[in-house]
Amino acid sequence: MSEQNTLTPQQILRKKAQGEAIGPGEQTHRHRHIIAVLLENSIGALNRVVNLFAARGFNLESVTVGETDDPSISRMTIATTGESRIIAQVNRQLNRLIDVLEVEDLTSEEYVERELCLLKVPYASDNRVELLDTLKIFQGKVVDVTTNTMTFEITGPAKKINAFIGMMKRYGVEEIARSGRVAMKRALLFGD
Amino acid sequence: MTHHAPPANGAQRMSGAEIFLRSLDAEGVEVVFGHPGGAVIKIYDEMARIQPNFKHVLVRHEQGGAHAAEGYAKATGKVGTVLVTSGPGATNTVTGIADAYMDSVPIVVFTGQVPTQLIGNDAFQECDTIGITRSITKHSFLVRDVRDLAQAVKKAYHIARTGRPGPVVVDLPKDVLLAETEFEYPKEVNLRGYRFKARGDDAKIQRAAAMIAEADKPLFYVGGGAVGADAADVLTRIARTARIPVTTTLHGLGAFPEDDELSVGMLGMHGTWYANMAVQNADLLIAVGARFDDRVTGKLESWAPHAKIVHIDIDPSSISKNVYVDCAIVGDVRDALMRLEPLAGACRTEAWLAQVQAWKAECPLAYEQGDGRLRAQYVLERLRRHTKGEAIVVTDVGQHQMWAAQYFQFLHARTHITSGGLGTMGFCFPAAMGAAFGRPDKTVVSISGDGGFVMNAQELSVAAAHGLPIKVVIINNKFLGMVRQWQELFHDERFSHTDLSDTNPDFVKLAEAHHCVGLRAETPDEVDGVIREAWAVSDRPAVMEFRVAKEEMVFPMVPAGASTDEMITKRLTPNAFV
Repeated sequence: MSEQNTLTPQQILRKKAQGEAIGPGEQTHRHRHIIAVLLENSIGALNRVVNLFAARGFNLESVTVGETDDPSISRMTIATTGESRIIAQVNRQLNRLIDVLEVEDLTSEEYVERELCLLKVPYASDNRVELLDTLKIFQGKVVDVTTNTMTFEITGPAKKINAFIGMMKRYGVEEIARSGRVAMKRALLFGD
Repeated sequence: MTHHAPPANGAQRMSGAEIFLRSLDAEGVEVVFGHPGGAVIKIYDEMARIQPNFKHVLVRHEQGGAHAAEGYAKATGKVGTVLVTSGPGATNTVTGIADAYMDSVPIVVFTGQVPTQLIGNDAFQECDTIGITRSITKHSFLVRDVRDLAQAVKKAYHIARTGRPGPVVVDLPKDVLLAETEFEYPKEVNLRGYRFKARGDDAKIQRAAAMIAEADKPLFYVGGGAVGADAADVLTRIARTARIPVTTTLHGLGAFPEDDELSVGMLGMHGTWYANMAVQNADLLIAVGARFDDRVTGKLESWAPHAKIVHIDIDPSSISKNVYVDCAIVGDVRDALMRLEPLAGACRTEAWLAQVQAWKAECPLAYEQGDGRLRAQYVLERLRRHTKGEAIVVTDVGQHQMWAAQYFQFLHARTHITSGGLGTMGFCFPAAMGAAFGRPDKTVVSISGDGGFVMNAQELSVAAAHGLPIKVVIINNKFLGMVRQWQELFHDERFSHTDLSDTNPDFVKLAEAHHCVGLRAETPDEVDGVIREAWAVSDRPAVMEFRVAKEEMVFPMVPAGASTDEMITKRLTPNAFV
């Protein structure tokens, strides 16, 4: 972790002072980052991790936590947006936390991400088939139904969920619950 | 997840309070700075009953206790210990914990807590101590089961002491202290998430040696990490062998003897002109346990413009945080320097050293003298003569702190103790008291301004009760001097709420009311006499008030946010009035 691959504040200030442009390759722009953290499954551990992001003014788009195969270890997936330089610094500081066992910024890797969404829409006899057709295209399921509402479950990358919610808007969505992302590095790569 | 192993045969059953005390003894704790209260009353009760080996010092304010533990830790290199009650007892230590966090001081703060079933219930004297201190501790524990107590104590000291040191809080609910179990102090700690790299990479150390050999204008830039790692001796040997000049940060003072011709004193905002000139012209900076903070660098983009940088530090998150590092050695500073030593031969630095000496001659530290007015710098020079660099000097925050850093000439590590990162007024006297408990063989000099001294003056009577012969210097200019200096230089001389003449106590009477000796000097002629009188006192603190010129300012100065090249070197005191 000691090797830096982003510009330091001094380098950025010097470039600016000399009127040089700072390219996207130099990683001062804001990007979405997906960070996986393995930590002790203990009271306060989660708090410490979230605190570090809050202290640096990061808005966490989503945080998910759950047990791993070892019940004494939790896995967090954090989705946030920020300058790579500062994210790298936060990751170093995360590594310094005693409850943290491992930190991995998945953004620099090939990874898979999934999110689960529950969505409740009102329906009537004239749009019921149309709704179910759309759901089928998104490979979702009906998990609850009443005489005038249906609740759908869909999973997928955040983009797919966003697209589905967009499709549902015109039916007047009553309620949405999103799980936040979980992500994992791809195990095998077959070249470019 | 905690595994409660069955106790070994012969383990004794006892209360959590007793387990706590016996754990401190097992940890080799020498002194605890504490204040009792409802949540920890059982600990104090057991303390009276079992008479543990450590000394308990009853401080008169928990903040004083936390700073005393810091002073003890910095003077001895051991971990300082604080014991306070829940709620206000805990919140009163917060400033000391934050101070220790900023300056990487190893202390463990034990706080009482309401019984576990009342936590979160707005119980009497309840506060969320762990939550409040989360961002200012290296780690913290809430002990919910008496069977985890001894392990938590063991872990707390281990974490505070190792890696980059720092404060650890252990929160002790009252019911845990009352509950009983078998006691056995653990021999090992199991912290799988806690890892630090103790040994820097060989390749990096070789690269650093090569960079040093190639440099024409190398400069050591030494911070508190070198003192904390006890690396002063090896650093001094390398600098002398390789003929490399040395500048230190505020916390690095004493890591290299300042009477050596290779020393250029302190760098940064109030550093010497020649140290900053050396930084601005160096082609290699070897940063040792330093963190490139804003008081050192000033305007970042123009700092050290020609230098390649080697950085030796235990904390990987310090590397390239502000300034690009060409060669980073992450690991224990002492270990890295010990392995660098055989690789570092004499450098061809004669021309560079001649240049540095010329800068020293061109603009030495100076102040006005001979007009009969008493100035802080004169007092500090006389104190330096008197102590010959052998005393432990503890300073507060403000002008006197910078003058002490400039004029005292520190010769040994752990002889300069101050609040640097957090800049805590009121730090000085209790920290000096802690240092005096830790190093009874040394003379301890506490140097404060009139503003900061009042903030923790209550501890005077504690030091008096323990017969500590601390030499207490108050540089009284009847002003919050450093704020006044900024008001004069940058805020059109609007001295808003910095005049203390109406609210200062009579410091001689204050000293006497706390069972200390009180002395005062108002002219340069009186200074030596007061110092001699104070040093003759051997059974209690001697408080020396020096009434100094209020218009005096600390120079040189790099104004905040300005480039190091824009250093103000001098402004003479106006003669208008005292």
